[in-house]
Amino acid sequence: MADQPLLKVENLRIELVTRAGVAPVIDNLSFELGHGENISFVGESGCGKSMTALAIMGLLPEGIGRIASGSILFDGEDLTTASPERLRDIRGNEISMIFQEPMTSLNPVYTVGEQIAEVLRAHQGLSKRAAWDMAIELLDAVRIPNAKGRVSDYPFQMSGGQRQRVMIAMALACKPKILIADEPTTALDVTVQAQIFDLLRDLRRDTGTSIIMITHDMGAVAEMAERMIVMYAGRNAEIGPVEQIIEHPRHPYTRGLISCVPHIVANLTAERHELTEVPGIVPSLRDFGQNRCLFASRCDRRSDQCLTERPPTREFENGQKSDCWHAEEL
Amino acid sequence: MSDTPLLKVEDLTVRFAVKRGGGFGQKHYLYAVDNISFEVKKGETLAIVGESGSGKTTAALAVARLVAAYQGRVDLGGQDILQLAGEDLRQMRRRVQFIFQDPYSSLNPRQRAEDVVREPLLSLTKTPAAEQQAIVDDLFAHVGLRPEQKRLFPHQFSGGQRQRIGIARALSTQPELIICDEPVSALDVAVQAQILNLLRRLQAEYGLTYLFISHDLGVVQHMCDSIAVMYMGKIVEHADRLSLFNNPLHPYTAALLSAVPTVDKTLRQKSRRILIPGDPPDPVNLPKGCRFANRCPVAQARCREEAPELKQVAEEHRIACHLVDESAQSPL
Repeated sequence: MADQPLLKVENLRIELVTRAGVAPVIDNLSFELGHGENISFVGESGCGKSMTALAIMGLLPEGIGRIASGSILFDGEDLTTASPERLRDIRGNEISMIFQEPMTSLNPVYTVGEQIAEVLRAHQGLSKRAAWDMAIELLDAVRIPNAKGRVSDYPFQMSGGQRQRVMIAMALACKPKILIADEPTTALDVTVQAQIFDLLRDLRRDTGTSIIMITHDMGAVAEMAERMIVMYAGRNAEIGPVEQIIEHPRHPYTRGLISCVPHIVANLTAERHELTEVPGIVPSLRDFGQNRCLFASRCDRRSDQCLTERPPTREFENGQKSDCWHAEEL
Repeated sequence: MSDTPLLKVEDLTVRFAVKRGGGFGQKHYLYAVDNISFEVKKGETLAIVGESGSGKTTAALAVARLVAAYQGRVDLGGQDILQLAGEDLRQMRRRVQFIFQDPYSSLNPRQRAEDVVREPLLSLTKTPAAEQQAIVDDLFAHVGLRPEQKRLFPHQFSGGQRQRIGIARALSTQPELIICDEPVSALDVAVQAQILNLLRRLQAEYGLTYLFISHDLGVVQHMCDSIAVMYMGKIVEHADRLSLFNNPLHPYTAALLSAVPTVDKTLRQKSRRILIPGDPPDPVNLPKGCRFANRCPVAQARCREEAPELKQVAEEHRIACHLVDESAQSPL
């Protein structure tokens, strides 16, 4: 079993019911996550990153989104056919998630201790007393100073960074195998972001939890992940080892995402370049699913083929995979 | 670019009264901006950087007279704008314009795009109606919007396009100073580059002076000529672009820079991450010494007792830290 990936998503297609009809918000997505591995989903808003996370958690909006085909194998078990009871058991226990906005993901009328203890009592059947003690231990583990005193605080008494730590404590309460972090630091200041990244790295080393981080920040990916999955309009654009992709992106969208951001550089000089622009914006949902490259309208390498046929996945020797007709030339 | 400062801010302080406890009598004040001074040269860009709660936005709002300053002087082309009233104040508003962070809430949803852009002309200038349309049309072309989009409402635009409308509005009165408050932080990464390039192009074309408020050091490094770093209402370091990024002297600046995730592999391996623990102090009960002392990795006894003054350590390099002297060596 050791060679088998912890999570294997194959040809996943998720359809969303919109006013204009049914749209494939995720279209033939495949990827793997190994034991103890840290991967990142990258892309702009509206590319399906969070939707993929929700699908893994079995939290697709009911009546609106559904898994149309494909499989999500977690430790060999297909989550797309699992019963709601089984999913509830997995959620928060074996796979847990932290969200972007730590202000709104905590319940304002319960103390943070009560909220952490609730997870432990629901999933692990701990007694009230034991769960409370465990909550203190967890707050300590996420480096909240004076955990014993802070455990009875309400969320409003904590700073943004501390609230995100509480969310992490809650997510890690049951020692999950996978932690999904959806833009965990976007709402936080950079120095606090550095603290949270540091914490996540240490926790992964100590517990062996695999992490899926969703982000739009290539710098954060370079800092945190071993492999990245670049998504565009619900599809794989590029997958591969982070260092290699940053060094040599094989998809024009990846290249755009890396070079459109002014990154801090080591030895700054007086000269300044114009930033590379990726013109236009992500297509709207009703244009998803067409048999062509959906990035073509924003791409400077567009050829006729890009407009008439969906590009197949090209695999390179170093493990990089790119869905682009021009991958080899890049 | 000349050497005359267009904007000269001296000892600017903004304070807010806050409610504390149930007692009567004593009022408590939060000094959001505490005695800061800086200059912006004509045609250049000064960035004020800092984390949330540092006072950077409040400082910008005070310069634009959108919040009341408690004391200080804001000199724009020889005139103290804090003293203006009536018609003079209106004239000043024509000369200083603002680009806001959130292009979703800073445009009136019931106004058509062209009316948004025309609004400052109507309220701040006496431009004849016949000329107004020509100005609006010209601005639309300059910020990269199509003429047929003039009659659309804000919700029909994407975030980046909305920010273009906001930029056109700010340019309409031919201002001398434009204050950009986090102009791209609400936009998607790929769209940010479009707006940043546009801002730089417009600056070159119209000779604009920017006061640029941002928490994103990558953006600041790309956009600005000089940078003031704020922490808890104070400027802790103020330097030109190359000095600040290549030789950051204040421990807070160094920590801030080292915290930015980067794709630059050499930088990532080279730089030791300086983690600053904990949170900033309570802004109402500030410590008497340096405000950064409780998180500073090299703080000494003196730092907790005595607040450091902002002093010049090199040409174009000012710093408020006891541990840095004229030799301009980093204390870390």
